[in-house]
Amino acid sequence: MSDTGTYLYAVARDEVAACPPGVADADVRTIALGGLVAYVSDVPLERFGEEPLRRSLEDMDWLAGTARAHHRVVDAVAAATPTAPVRLVTVYDGDEQVRDLLERRAADFAEVLEQVIGRREWGVKAFADPGSAEQPDERPGGGGCEQSGKPGTAYLQRRRANLRGREQNRRQALARAEHIHAALATVAVASRRHRPQDPRLSGRADWMLLNGAYLVDEGRVGEFAELAGELGGGGIEVTVTGPWAPYSFTVMETR
Amino acid sequence: MTGPLLTGSSADEIALTDRLPAERVSLVDLLDRLLAGGVVLNGDIVLSIADIDLVCISLRAVLASADTLEGG
Repeated sequence: MSDTGTYLYAVARDEVAACPPGVADADVRTIALGGLVAYVSDVPLERFGEEPLRRSLEDMDWLAGTARAHHRVVDAVAAATPTAPVRLVTVYDGDEQVRDLLERRAADFAEVLEQVIGRREWGVKAFADPGSAEQPDERPGGGGCEQSGKPGTAYLQRRRANLRGREQNRRQALARAEHIHAALATVAVASRRHRPQDPRLSGRADWMLLNGAYLVDEGRVGEFAELAGELGGGGIEVTVTGPWAPYSFTVMETR
Repeated sequence: MTGPLLTGSSADEIALTDRLPAERVSLVDLLDRLLAGGVVLNGDIVLSIADIDLVCISLRAVLASADTLEGG
């Protein structure tokens, strides 16, 4: 066993002219076989072996830097050729295993790459305005509650009415999210929902109703963006990100 | 580089700009894709994050110990 591993970023159709540096500032090189091109870097196993990686993954700065480096490479390749990104931190013992992979799984890779030709991934998130949902309503007297003479009873009645109202808001907001996702999916060739993001990571306190990914033909991007714009409003904010490499649509488990 | 980029602004005022440099892409959007997307390989590898739960545990630990990510 050598002290160097082969870090795999992506498998693509073609060689690209230039590639930015990869994880740990390593140069990126290619391994070509049977019409497929793997993009890889040499990485020291003292940092990318199993044990060091388990420790490193607990370090947010390390994770962020590595994720950005991985993405820089994938993004540069995907901008130029059909690309199947590989899950973050996939390390092989050496090039031989990567060649073996390209040979054994050639048909699977070909199928995945076929799916993404001329298409881009777009992200759409929908947020409920904190003023219109989920917020405990502390206004006195609301909801047509009669003051019954006992402050405690009035309070409980108000509280029940508030809870009912909030539950209704919540259900309406979730129904809106379903509608937004279904509408966008009609323009996309494939769609997928990610888990709503943790507010501590997204930096947004408002409630994320939808964290969707959509694979869209390049010719329909304008239509897709316009539709996304129309679906917001009425207490729901819709944001669009992209174009992304087709991360969400190249999920393939292989041995 | 290809295609217009829609920034994370409201979709009804979409600004078509150049592609975002990797440094400016939101980390949380990136992690959604890098940890739950892409080709998952196992077999002859040293390690792959095939098990997202492992990372979720790590992230939870990170979040619990650092409030520096708050803001926005």
